[in-house]
Amino acid sequence: MDAPAVLLSGNEAIAQGAREAGVHVAAGYPGTPSTEILEALARLDPDRRVHVEWSTNEKVAIDVALGASLGGSRALVTMKHVGLNVASDTFMTAPYTGVGGGLVIVVADDPGMHSSQNEQDSRAYARMAGVPLLEPADSAECREFTIAAFAISERFDTPVLVRTATRIAHARGLVRPGPVRAPGVSKFVPQPAKYVMLPGNARRRRLALLERLRALERFADECGLHRVDQGDVDVGIVTSGIAYQYVREVCPRASVLKLGLTHPLPAATVRAFADSVRRVIVVEELEPCLEERLRALGIPVEGKVFFPADGELNPERVRDGLIAAGALRPSARRRAAPADGEVSAGVRPPVLCPGCPHVVPFVALRDLDAIVMGDIGCYTLAANEPLSAMDSCVAMGSSIGMACGLARSGGADRPVVAAIGDSTFLHAGIPALIDAVCNGTRITVLVLDNRTTAMTGGQAHAGSGANLRGDPARAIDIAALCRTIGASTEVVDPYDVAATHRALERAVASPGVSVVIADRPCVESPRKIRERPYEVVTDRCVACQLCVDLGCPSILWGNDRFEGRPIVTIETETCSGCTVCAQLCPTEAIVPVALAGAPLAS
Amino acid sequence: MSVLIVGVGGQGVILASAVIADAARRVGHDVKQSEVHGMAQRGGVVTSHVRYGSVVRSPLIAAGEADVVVACEWNEAVRALPYLRRGGTAIASLERIVPPRALADRRSGRVSYPPLFEGSAALDLRACDAVDIARQAGNAKAANAVLLGMVSMLLPFPGDAWREALAAHVPAGALAANERAFDAGRGVRTARGRPRRLAHAAEAPAAAAPAIEIVPAWCKGVECGVCVRVCPERCLAFDGSPAVSAVRPAACTGCRLCETFCPDFAITIHEAVPA
Repeated sequence: MDAPAVLLSGNEAIAQGAREAGVHVAAGYPGTPSTEILEALARLDPDRRVHVEWSTNEKVAIDVALGASLGGSRALVTMKHVGLNVASDTFMTAPYTGVGGGLVIVVADDPGMHSSQNEQDSRAYARMAGVPLLEPADSAECREFTIAAFAISERFDTPVLVRTATRIAHARGLVRPGPVRAPGVSKFVPQPAKYVMLPGNARRRRLALLERLRALERFADECGLHRVDQGDVDVGIVTSGIAYQYVREVCPRASVLKLGLTHPLPAATVRAFADSVRRVIVVEELEPCLEERLRALGIPVEGKVFFPADGELNPERVRDGLIAAGALRPSARRRAAPADGEVSAGVRPPVLCPGCPHVVPFVALRDLDAIVMGDIGCYTLAANEPLSAMDSCVAMGSSIGMACGLARSGGADRPVVAAIGDSTFLHAGIPALIDAVCNGTRITVLVLDNRTTAMTGGQAHAGSGANLRGDPARAIDIAALCRTIGASTEVVDPYDVAATHRALERAVASPGVSVVIADRPCVESPRKIRERPYEVVTDRCVACQLCVDLGCPSILWGNDRFEGRPIVTIETETCSGCTVCAQLCPTEAIVPVALAGAPLAS
Repeated sequence: MSVLIVGVGGQGVILASAVIADAARRVGHDVKQSEVHGMAQRGGVVTSHVRYGSVVRSPLIAAGEADVVVACEWNEAVRALPYLRRGGTAIASLERIVPPRALADRRSGRVSYPPLFEGSAALDLRACDAVDIARQAGNAKAANAVLLGMVSMLLPFPGDAWREALAAHVPAGALAANERAFDAGRGVRTARGRPRRLAHAAEAPAAAAPAIEIVPAWCKGVECGVCVRVCPERCLAFDGSPAVSAVRPAACTGCRLCETFCPDFAITIHEAVPA
């Protein structure tokens, strides 16, 4: 009897599939939209049969998983698309070693860059590494394909890449879970000729990889992961992943070939489909991966000429593309209900939370007229108004190395500061700090240490003092680490405006590599911090707007004015009581909410 | 059926959409729900699409195809309205969450926030003060449950699907207040398209920038720098010259912090003469 269907996100369904496949070790680094896979896996496994960990970075995570695989265990590793860049060194050689237990790498792309710095199409990695690539199209397939991926991995002795995207990973759909399988008994079997990639061995393994790809090409046609929806023969659409859902939504009568295993391509399946229709259109998000491969097979196809290569697809864009291709009538477009008048919505960019400890160091850096090489995290929002205190943000850990280069360029006429969060520093900042110290480059590194991976929802990291399951763990002492490396290091409380300012002033004036650690826990995670809120004494406020420059969402304008300017008010429901605005206020108009005025309990 | 739920981080958009999706699942529909995490939770826009029916393909609702738009906040209601199909219904809370970015025009004090408007014969807009209704039901944070109650009148699932879904997703401690808020929402009678007007901040016309007078001989220069640091608009800087200079005079709001704090009386702000 079938289990009742439950609503699972794609990420939860991957975790469920991994449990059903008997996964034994799972590792990853948090990154939107992949983060919830490991969190769900830990939740689904209260008996702790599976080792689930947040690794220091994606490279470490894939190494942990590969090691577990060589030990005979089924291993899962998860990351966002840019995480695969970090893991790519191992990812490119793991197909040479092959696996012991099944090894599945899940990569979640972020087309449209909802929460990312680029929108690379990770499917290209599968071809570059020579590994099979599975593309689930909804939650049910996330579960099913994860189970299939482990089987393919062991059958063909290869890592398998499963690629999702935001609208798969963060979309919920109905899934019928199957029975969970306990991890099997593992044993490491030494095979130096397979696992030691000295050139002599690697040359033989390269041939084994190519031979395996031939076998996978044959398997691709018989894997049972593709689907043909027979319809009109005028146009046949070849698609994969989320694009399939949009195609079926806007074009329910078309003939559609939905590919589940997209590398290697199932050549016979595609040829048979192309022969059954008069014209073939490829609909895919981001890069023309399928389109170019189909053309290489000699199949005349159309695709990206009708569909954008940037951003997410959605039903409108697929419909517009198919109309442009002549496959749909223009009347297929819908018209919205008429909104009233000329009213339009205001912009609402993400902002730092009320009481965020990242704010004050950026106020100080701007006052010090520093050039700030930024990094990846909540604090990247300091690039926006009103803080406007960041000059670059590229990749995890880039801030420190880029600061070194900028300092060496001769183009910096102001102090050069790298601003990096604690999790990002541990992820990829340490080698760059070593580089700065050992090459004697004069930079200042500001470590914004809030003890958590805040941007992705507050995951523990090596400096948090807890592991993924919330158990106490040894915390890396970032200050001691920096001092050991040889940087002059100072720890400061970023809620103390004057102390933070002075510490950064001293740091940029010091001759060598200086580190300032702004040490305050995140106000939202692991627990919400709410002190007594502050309020504005209306007749003291001179409406100077100095506090508004903090960009705090709790600071708003009231209805009263001073010399024509709006005076401010503080929303006490959201104020965290961090005191920063009160420290800045030149007229001491911001004070703790008075308890005296509160009504007595009866 | 396609329901778009929108709001601001922290308003319970995801919870509300989970309840709708779960209620639809309980009565046997195929369901998909899609949302965006990540940066959106930092006080940004939160959008969740719920679709149900016999078979659901796309997890996203196309513009102009939502049967119901549910907005926990007025600005986001305005943003989401292009998703509503002709003949669909928009349910909106009149709560205003003004983003810090809307407070940029400091001299005029003008808040860039969309004004309220009413529905029309062609636009079925049902707006209410959901926060106040929830507060009266015992918990102001249950405003999303008030809106769910209003939605439940449009999407009458059989049996107790709505209540079971609510109980499955709301934390036990807050369930009673949420159930009362849900019931209050079922009883909301919005005169079609007649939301109660909210008071707006008084607005003054934009005045010309005041004049900044600096006496260079009295300025101690970069060693002091108090005025540069206190200026909220960053109008002042040491531009290579020994005395401070006004580098962005047009941004001056006339707050006089520089004048007040200058230990050498080197700065005077002259109000612009009204035209």
